[in-house]
Amino acid sequence: MRSLAEMMTEKEGFSELVMGNHALARAMAEAGTAVVTSYPGSPTPEIAEALLAPAEKDRPCHFEFAVNEKVALEFAAGASLNGHPSAVFFKSVGLNVAADSMVQLALMELLGGMVVILGDDPGANSSQNEQDNRWFARMAYLPVFEPASPAEVYVMYRAAAALALERRAPVILRLTTHVCHARETVKFGDLPARHDWTPRFDVKNGPYVPITTSVFPLKKKALEKLASWAEAGEKSPLNAVYKASAPGRRRLGAISAGLPALCLLETLRNSGAPVDLLKLGLTYPLPEKLVTDFLSSHDEVYIFEELDRVMETEIKALAYDKGLACRLHARRGNAALMGEMTPERARAALADVWPEPFPAPERRVFEAPAPRLPQMCPGCGHRSAFHAIKKALPPGAITVGDIGCHSLGFLPPYNMGEVLFSMGHSVSTASGLALNNGLRKVVAFVGDSTFFHAGLPGLANAAWRDSDVTLVLLDNGTTAMTGHQPRPGNGEIGERLNLADILTSLGVKFLRECDAYDQAKLAAHLKEAMDHKGLAVVIARHPCMLKFMRERRRANPGLKPQHVAVDQAKCARHYTCAADFACPSFIRHADGSVTVNPELCIGDGSCIQTCPAAAIGREK
Amino acid sequence: MAFNIYLCGVGGQGIGVLAAALAQAASRAGLEVIACDTHGLAQRGGVVSSHIRIGADALTPLVPEGGADLVIALERLEALRGAAQYLKKGGKVLYYNTAYQPVGVRRGEGAYPSEEEVRLAVQGFGGEALNVNYPDMADPRMQNSALLGLVASLGAVPGLRAEIIEEVLKEIVPPAVLDENLRIFRAAV
Repeated sequence: MRSLAEMMTEKEGFSELVMGNHALARAMAEAGTAVVTSYPGSPTPEIAEALLAPAEKDRPCHFEFAVNEKVALEFAAGASLNGHPSAVFFKSVGLNVAADSMVQLALMELLGGMVVILGDDPGANSSQNEQDNRWFARMAYLPVFEPASPAEVYVMYRAAAALALERRAPVILRLTTHVCHARETVKFGDLPARHDWTPRFDVKNGPYVPITTSVFPLKKKALEKLASWAEAGEKSPLNAVYKASAPGRRRLGAISAGLPALCLLETLRNSGAPVDLLKLGLTYPLPEKLVTDFLSSHDEVYIFEELDRVMETEIKALAYDKGLACRLHARRGNAALMGEMTPERARAALADVWPEPFPAPERRVFEAPAPRLPQMCPGCGHRSAFHAIKKALPPGAITVGDIGCHSLGFLPPYNMGEVLFSMGHSVSTASGLALNNGLRKVVAFVGDSTFFHAGLPGLANAAWRDSDVTLVLLDNGTTAMTGHQPRPGNGEIGERLNLADILTSLGVKFLRECDAYDQAKLAAHLKEAMDHKGLAVVIARHPCMLKFMRERRRANPGLKPQHVAVDQAKCARHYTCAADFACPSFIRHADGSVTVNPELCIGDGSCIQTCPAAAIGREK
Repeated sequence: MAFNIYLCGVGGQGIGVLAAALAQAASRAGLEVIACDTHGLAQRGGVVSSHIRIGADALTPLVPEGGADLVIALERLEALRGAAQYLKKGGKVLYYNTAYQPVGVRRGEGAYPSEEEVRLAVQGFGGEALNVNYPDMADPRMQNSALLGLVASLGAVPGLRAEIIEEVLKEIVPPAVLDENLRIFRAAV
């Protein structure tokens, strides 16, 4: 079994059981992609894990995390303008941040080619919506490749990168969560020679400034390039027909792409149903001739996709234009537009129109056990901060959350952060909530990585207008939720920056700082901040303890944390520790007693101050 | 038909390593494997799961609900949840017998199942539940090795022998903690 570093540097081809994201990183190396950038977000961060695995001098691609997705995309585009094949990857909603520059890419001659990798999240496994980014591709005139499995991720990235380079064009590789995280055996090829870094930017390849008279020639060229991608799709082996093993009375067919196509194929093979499948890989622009031929040779065709009705709309329009007699079916109702597709959903969809070959399985009824909601880790500074803040807030206060581990504060028992739109929204949304609002205090939260990502403009605005908002900056020194990627100024890469200095220079006049474990001080700062008329910022700082403990264990493998213990003689059964502070380390027994789970307690002691009976102390 | 394994636990227990070791071992045994982990916000301290499907007719990575031949859980409540949602009639549940209470239970809003309740519930699905527990483990994440030992000793995955699992463990586990993990694995075998 190869380590990630070996996988990225082995000169000759090999086969390995790998995750889709890791297969993609190897494909980048094999394709000669010189520059890769990203902002971390599920389901994509493991691509970076693989790219960064070898020692810096051995890495086949230059990789950097950027401060946000827009910066990442622009960086990759700049490298491509110089002739260096590039790629950028981020999560679904990251494209909203990158969109301003992304919609310009198709207008430009990108000398090195560029692959924009989108990690869409049907099922909203780790995102605030399940937006379907295939719409964006249409708005930006960008072709789309949609792999269904790790092996296809590898093959399609290689194909997409080669075509992008040849056509000096950007392309989209659209992944979904369980394509990124699926694992199967992939057969890899050889690594190319080292990259030539000669900068080849030349305005003669342009124009590169889409203003006034150049807009229309550039748009015309983008549309022509899109048409040429349609031609590529007609003859691409990535678009293929899977024939049913035996034909039926009526000629039945289905059209699908990505993982939903494999759900369909698995169902068809299990049932032995006489349905042919046209599986598209280069899905946009639609290969019209291929689809027309398929529709013409079938009596009925089911269009099976995930999330929005994108293929359905285009195929129905095509059938109308061509006057085809084929009867078209598609998913019905709003529920069909939600969540991930599975073989069972594929079966139910087909059974809806063709009941005969798709009998329903036996339904199981079960009683769900107690739910387990996500929660902050033992020792998390956010828990300590929310516990203190909740007690300090006046009745009627409005709290605005943001994206990051601290988003979990909205769950019981804290219920902190009652509104959430997007990365970095909190201070601006709070400013609107605070306007002409003399009655209810408005408190916003933001994490340190999100603050740099998209919080800065909102903060500059709030400082400029002196909005009557209290912002609590929860600083854990890293991008914790997605796996501890570095953020600007945390000292891992480049200089350490002082958040207080940045805030002050933006015009913040009221500023307090403390450790998030110091609950009395934090509560006092918060009260003072809320009394201040205008923008007030409180920095509640504590390192991410998951990262901190990992590093300590690595340095000292035999490390034994000094756990806390509940003194049973003193315990008055308030349950503040287990139910309100709610550290997962506490166990509430059936007899009413409370003890500490040594498997979970990290010995941080942030709970000791919360016990009204002073019954928690260090284990002797 | 594919042989489906559903693995579950609580975020932070290291289920990714357990799933990777088992999938790698199955692949090395010459079986056709497709697998998948779950990641992201909903998993921080919440329910985590991994899926392994063995056999040529599995084209998609997620185990269907009610379709698991084997449920492997790192925690007792999650064993019950995994069985309720995923266990196939007559399937097996192997779990590490430890209890991580969810916040609802700590707030007095829900009950935490006993060993007996898990056994009876699984029996109700026509299945069998077995568990292991080693009270003096140096690091709770070694529970993964204990479960792998149980899988190996029972021959719970058709076509997968203990020696192959041990071979993969030796490659996956960091050298500093390998001996202790092997000791726990072998104790269960």
